[in-house]
Amino acid sequence: MLRKGIALAAFGLAILAAPAALAAGGAAPVKHVEFSFEGPFGKFDQAQLQRGYKVYREVCSACHSMNLMSFRNLGQKGGPFFDPKYPNPNDNPYVKSIAKDYQIKDIDSETGDVIERPGTSADRFPSPFPNEPAARASNGGAMPPDLSVMAKARHHGPQYIYSLLTGYQDPPAGLKVGVGQHYNPFMAGDVTSSWSGPHDKVPPGGFIAMAPPLAAGQVTFDDGTKSTLEQQAKDVSAFLTWASEPKMQERKAFGMAAMIYLLIFAGLLYVSYRKIWKNVAH
Amino acid sequence: MSGHSNYEPKTGIERWLDVRLPVVRLAYDSIIDFPTPKNLNYWWTFGGILAVCLGIQLVTGIVLAMHYVPHVDHAFASVERIMRDVNYGWLIRYMHANGASMFFIAVYIHMFRGLYYGSYKAPREVLWILGCVIYLLMMATAFMGYVLPWGQMSFHGAVVITNLFGALPIVGEAITTWLWGGFAVDNPTLNRFFSLHFLLPFMIAGVVGLHIWALHVPGNNNPTGVNVKSKEDTVPFHPYYTVKDGFAIVVFMIMFATFVFYNPNALGHADNYIPANPLVTPAHIVPEWYFLPFYAILRAVPDKLGGVILMFGAIAVMFVLPWLDTSKVRSMRYRPTAKLYFFIFVLACLILGYCGGKLPDDHVIPGLSTFTLIDADLNSFVWLSRFAALYYFAYFLVVLPVLGLTETPLPQPESISAPVLSHPANAPAGAAASPEKRG
Repeated sequence: MLRKGIALAAFGLAILAAPAALAAGGAAPVKHVEFSFEGPFGKFDQAQLQRGYKVYREVCSACHSMNLMSFRNLGQKGGPFFDPKYPNPNDNPYVKSIAKDYQIKDIDSETGDVIERPGTSADRFPSPFPNEPAARASNGGAMPPDLSVMAKARHHGPQYIYSLLTGYQDPPAGLKVGVGQHYNPFMAGDVTSSWSGPHDKVPPGGFIAMAPPLAAGQVTFDDGTKSTLEQQAKDVSAFLTWASEPKMQERKAFGMAAMIYLLIFAGLLYVSYRKIWKNVAH
Repeated sequence: MSGHSNYEPKTGIERWLDVRLPVVRLAYDSIIDFPTPKNLNYWWTFGGILAVCLGIQLVTGIVLAMHYVPHVDHAFASVERIMRDVNYGWLIRYMHANGASMFFIAVYIHMFRGLYYGSYKAPREVLWILGCVIYLLMMATAFMGYVLPWGQMSFHGAVVITNLFGALPIVGEAITTWLWGGFAVDNPTLNRFFSLHFLLPFMIAGVVGLHIWALHVPGNNNPTGVNVKSKEDTVPFHPYYTVKDGFAIVVFMIMFATFVFYNPNALGHADNYIPANPLVTPAHIVPEWYFLPFYAILRAVPDKLGGVILMFGAIAVMFVLPWLDTSKVRSMRYRPTAKLYFFIFVLACLILGYCGGKLPDDHVIPGLSTFTLIDADLNSFVWLSRFAALYYFAYFLVVLPVLGLTETPLPQPESISAPVLSHPANAPAGAAASPEKRG
C-alpha cells in the first residue's frame, strides 16, 4: 500500500508541477523577504498593517484606488484597527475618524443636488481620480492599477510588491529609457527593443511609468519604527496582502481545525478498514 | 440495479413501499448488498472520490450562484464580495475553485486506471463511453466556470477557445457568433456561460447515474481483469468498500484541504485577479492546468483547423478505444509489453501537459540551439509536443490494435480468489509466486 501511496503522490505532484512552469518572462526573480503571515500558522502583524495603511494613505492613494475596500474593513477582525471592544467595525471610533477625514460625493436626498459629505465607516475608499481618462491624463498616459487585490494579482505578490518598490535603479549603460518612464528590473516586460548592448546581456525587467514612490523618512511612523525605504515597502506590502486576502488568518486557523478533524477521521476509518477486512484474503 | 435481489423488506412501511416504488430495494442492491470483487486496490477508490467531488462542486456552486452577478461590470467585484463579505464565502469559493482541480486530478487517475486494467473492454464498453461523455461535460463546465470571475485569463481564455470554432469551414463563423451572442466575447457571452455552467453539472449528475447503472450490470472489473466466477470472489459492497472508499475519500480530502486552506491560489493564475480588459492581452494566455495537454496538441499543429481537429480527436479517440484494443486480456498485469507502452503513454500525457504551459518556441534544454526543422528549432517545446502528441495517437491507433495480435500475455489466474490465495503474503512458505506479482 505504501508503494502505491508513493506512486499516487508522485503522480499528483507531477500533475501539479505543470503550472509551476508558467513563470513570467523577463523580470528578475523577486527579493527574499520574510513576512509574519507566511506559513500555516502565519498571522498579520497589526502594528505593521497600521504602518502599511499609513504608507498607502499618504503615498499610494494619491494615484492608486482601492475600490473593493471600505473604511469598515480597517476595523474588522484581523484588520489594522480592529479593537475587540468594537466587534462591529462600524462602531470603531478610530475607523469613524479616519472616514470622517474624507469628503465623499453624494446626492442630497431632499433636493437631489450633488453634495460632498464627511465619510462614514460604510463608505468605500474614495478613488483619487473621477474616471480612467482623468487618471491617465494625470499620469503621462499610464493607468495606476487598483490595489485592492494586488498581492493576489502577481506571482509571489507580497515579495513582488516589496521588490518593485525597493528595486528602482539607474538604467544600465546601453538602455534607453523613454520620457516619463523608469527602469525597474522587477517590472514585467521586455526591454530588448530599447537595448543597444550585447544581445545575450539584455537587462531583466521592464519600464514603469511610476516614479520611485518611496524614500527614507517619507512617512513618519507613529509607533517610532525607523522609516527606511525597506521598512515602508515591507509594511505597505503587508497591508496590501491583508487587503487582498483579509480572511487569510481566519482561513489558516479554520484549516488547522479541519486538518486535525480529517486526520483523526482518516485514522478511525483506517482502523475500521483493517478490522472489517481482517478475515478476507485480498 | 440488476440481477438477483436479496432485499427483504423488514418493516410494514418498507413492504408497502416495495410493491409501489422499490427505492429502498434499489439502494440496498446498489450500495449495501452489491457483490464487489474482493481484490480491488486503491486505484478503484477514485469512483467514490469523484462522486464526492461532484457533490462538493454542486453544493458550493449553488451557494456561490446566490451571490454571484453574471454581468461584465459586476462579476469580478461580486466574486471578491463573496470572498470578503459573505459568511465563509472565502471557504465556499476556494473549495469550488480548487474543487475543479481536485475533480480533474481524480478523473485523470480514474481514467488511467481504466486504461491500465482494461476496464473499457467487453462487457463494459458503454460504461467507458459514458465516462468519456462525463469527461467532455466536465471540460465544458470547467472552461465556462473559469470564465465567470471575469479576470484577464477568464476573458482572454474565452476569446482563444471560442475562436477555435471559427476554424471550422463554412459554419465556423456562424458558430462563433452564436456562442458569443454577438460579435465579440462580451456580456451576452458571460451571461450564457453562467447559465450553462449551472446547467451542465446536473447533466453530469444524470450521466453519472447512467455510468453507475452501466457499472452495476456487468459489475466491477478488478486488478486481475478476470471475471468473477463465484461468490468466493466477491464481498458485499457494504461494509467492505464503504469503509475502504471512505478511508480513501478522507485521505483525498486532506490533500484537497491543504490547497484550500494553505495555498488556495496555487493552481490558478495570478492574472485572473486582474479584472478583464479586452484592450490588454496578457503576455501568455494559458488555460487551467487540466487543459494543458490538449492545449499542447492544439499548438503542435501549424494549421489552425488541423490543430482543432487533432485536439478534439484526442478525446474522440477515447470513445472508440474499446474497439481499437484487440487484446482479449484485460489487465496489463499479464501484458508486460503493453504495460511498458502504457507507462510511456502516461509520460507522454505529462510531457504534453508540461509543454502546454511553456512558450512553444522556448528551448527544452536551455541554451542549446540545434537546427530548424520545418518551422521551429528541434530543441523547442513545439517539437517536444509533436513527438508526445504523435505517441498519444499512436498508442491508441497503432500500439493497442497491433499489440493485441502480436504479444504473448502471461498466464492469467483461474479466478480472482486463486491469486489472492496464492499471494506470497497469504500463502504457505515455498508456494510459487503468482503471476500478478510480476506486475
